[in-house]
Amino acid sequence: MFDSLGDRLGGVFKRLRAKGRLTEADVNEMLGEIRTALLEADVNIGVVRNVVERIRVQAIGTKVAEALDPGQQIIKIVNAELVAMLGGETLKIAYASQPPTVVLMAGLQGSGKTTSAAKLAAWFKAQGRNPMLVGADLQRPAAVEQLKVLGAQINVPVFSAPGDPVATAAAGLAEAKRIGRDVLIVDTAGRLAIDAEMMQQVSDISAAVKPDYTFLVVDAMTGQDAVTVAKAFDETLSISAVILSKLDGDARGGAALSVKEVIGKPIAFAATGEKMDAFEQFHPDRMASRILGMGDVLTLIEQAEKVFEKEQAEAAAAKMFEGEFTLDDFLDQLQQIKKMGSLTNVMGMLPGVTKEMKNAQISDDMLTVTEAIIRSMTTEERRKPEIINGSRRTRIAKGSGTQVSDVNKLVKQFSEMQKMMKRMGGMAGKGGKKGGPMAGIPADLAAALGSRPGSR
Amino acid sequence: MNNISLPIIFLVLAVVVLVFGFGVVWLNRRKPAAPVVQRATPITKAAVVEEVIVEEAAVEVAVVVEKASVRDRLSKARSAFGGAVTSVLTRSEISDTTWDELEEALLRADVGVRVAQELMQPLRARVKSKEIVSPQQLIDALRQDMSAHLVSTDRELRFDATIEGPNIWLMVGVNGAGKTTSIGKISAQQTALGRTVMMAAGDTFRAAAGEQLATWAERSGAEIIRGAEGGDPSSVIFDAVQAANARNIDLVLADTAGRLQSNTNLMEELRKVRRVAEKGAGTVTEVLLVIDATTGQNGLSQARVFAEATQVTGIVLTKLDGSAKGGIVFAIETELGIPIKLVGLGETITDLVAFNPIEFVDALF
Repeated sequence: MFDSLGDRLGGVFKRLRAKGRLTEADVNEMLGEIRTALLEADVNIGVVRNVVERIRVQAIGTKVAEALDPGQQIIKIVNAELVAMLGGETLKIAYASQPPTVVLMAGLQGSGKTTSAAKLAAWFKAQGRNPMLVGADLQRPAAVEQLKVLGAQINVPVFSAPGDPVATAAAGLAEAKRIGRDVLIVDTAGRLAIDAEMMQQVSDISAAVKPDYTFLVVDAMTGQDAVTVAKAFDETLSISAVILSKLDGDARGGAALSVKEVIGKPIAFAATGEKMDAFEQFHPDRMASRILGMGDVLTLIEQAEKVFEKEQAEAAAAKMFEGEFTLDDFLDQLQQIKKMGSLTNVMGMLPGVTKEMKNAQISDDMLTVTEAIIRSMTTEERRKPEIINGSRRTRIAKGSGTQVSDVNKLVKQFSEMQKMMKRMGGMAGKGGKKGGPMAGIPADLAAALGSRPGSR
Repeated sequence: MNNISLPIIFLVLAVVVLVFGFGVVWLNRRKPAAPVVQRATPITKAAVVEEVIVEEAAVEVAVVVEKASVRDRLSKARSAFGGAVTSVLTRSEISDTTWDELEEALLRADVGVRVAQELMQPLRARVKSKEIVSPQQLIDALRQDMSAHLVSTDRELRFDATIEGPNIWLMVGVNGAGKTTSIGKISAQQTALGRTVMMAAGDTFRAAAGEQLATWAERSGAEIIRGAEGGDPSSVIFDAVQAANARNIDLVLADTAGRLQSNTNLMEELRKVRRVAEKGAGTVTEVLLVIDATTGQNGLSQARVFAEATQVTGIVLTKLDGSAKGGIVFAIETELGIPIKLVGLGETITDLVAFNPIEFVDALF
């Protein structure tokens, strides 16, 4: 994996700490790191150049306040700039007064058009609409078949007819009117932006169905070419918005920034998983953190939301603060965490996790070992680990197939965590309503959460 | 137990629990809707209706006889979007701008920042020592260096006629990379060589992936074994190998569902597929990782994780006939030592050609 911007700038600023203000050379070195971070995230080089220039202007004016970490200051500037670039105008769907509202899907082969079309249909359905899908991809074998299967899964009718894609799309529109569906989503074949014949075909489809919205599906893993593709499709079809697909992978997704900057159209949706409901409206602030490799607390929360029992987690957090968190509770939480995927993945989403920690080679077997040790304890030992003496330790180690020293470490760490939690709980308590529940959370974590617009 | 791990586990746990405990309350986010579809949704009746249309669509594909040349196929893309190097060449001497433009050309081709710098470092030294003086020499030297980095001698698809039972070639990759299409093309080429081919429809997840592969099997004259949608891919491939062995078929081309390398469970599934494929009568002689030419820096992560899980033996670079240059595979081969074996240049069955380092490097700029 690549270094996050935080790691990169951290290196530069260690040397600058002693200095009071940034010289031009310092700024240049720092901008170089920002440039590399953006390029490694696949932001288009032309776009990178513009961003770096804008940041230069802001950075030169920045004095290094003594109390503040200049690295953090700069990251804040970069982050704000990216959020501004990715955000701006959002897409509001205005439904056609004469239904159906027609949506045309376009993109390269394999970008995820068919899946996104079905997900979009499911989304419209959730908005209380009656969508219909049209399979006008007659190129790829079984593309229409795929759409039909997906349509059946989400309970949305799918229309298609063999022969000419343009005629199929037009017939689909007529069919939607006939059976009274109010949203029509037309899936088209994937095509290369430089294939004039195929671009003409999609343009003909567009002329035949007169879409209210044309969505360009862009793979989050796309590299420098995203710009060329977006430009070509926008020139041919006049794109209304972009759907970013495969965002559940570990790609930084700089393509989002490139496309937004080059065609100036909003990114409306992000596809974030294999299931039909893994489709959501796009969040510029999350994307900015992701591009910078700064961790993605909100995605983490969402993932956690899916696996954790809400009441259970709240109870666990409350217990932690009161210092009543037992090894049993810990074991419970461990089970939940395991459902979220590998530990390394979860760690990657946490802000403020240093590179050393990420590189520390933690394997998921560690969780299993930890679990084994706890499971070898009696109920009483789990409630009051301080009663664990020498002979108990030996027994636990034997029972879990570990060394006595491992048991020691676990008990020691656990009691330290308990103390820390209690301290944080105290702080949160003192902060009261005013400080909110955030008061006890480590500074950069709170900052990451606090940077959410209009704390909902 | 390693020293650093335990505190980290505690920390992660604590933070996750905290963030979650509070996050839920504070953000008051809406609960995600109940999942609409499970991974193992059984095939529905509606799925079968379209079969007729698929067949008809299949007929239109003309089998082009002549072999596609990388240079020909790329010339369109190059004339439209090339040019970074042209501006280097129009200058009379090598200046700072030259280096910037050269770096930009490399970056635009998706080779990545680090590889670009590694390539330029020795060139800077040679310019300094006056070994290279003109921009033309510089470009030539860069091309030579890059081709020299791609020296793998292992670009042939490995078919071992001496083994008992069928050879198995396994296709892996992320969603939408072009695995199924590549299998169709490989199958056509192998049958043309006189080998008998059995396809294994191991993508039991994506809707209608089996139908797509069946169309390719028909076009290329291969046999195919399919399982139930949502079924276990390992068993489908195992069955295909056994069937191929019983019918004395030479080669099993096994398709797998596209998966993002960050999805641990699905990578685990793929590991199992690789393992189980050899439990029967056959031997896995190729594991081909399919990479889309538009892929950016994430391609390295793809290659690393897939290679670790399935011992990838070669790369298939698809969709190189577009405007994307596929430079990331340069990084993959030079950094991870996985040879690029095939290049996809179009939609017809013959548009999959052997990788040629010199043509590839030429087409990068």
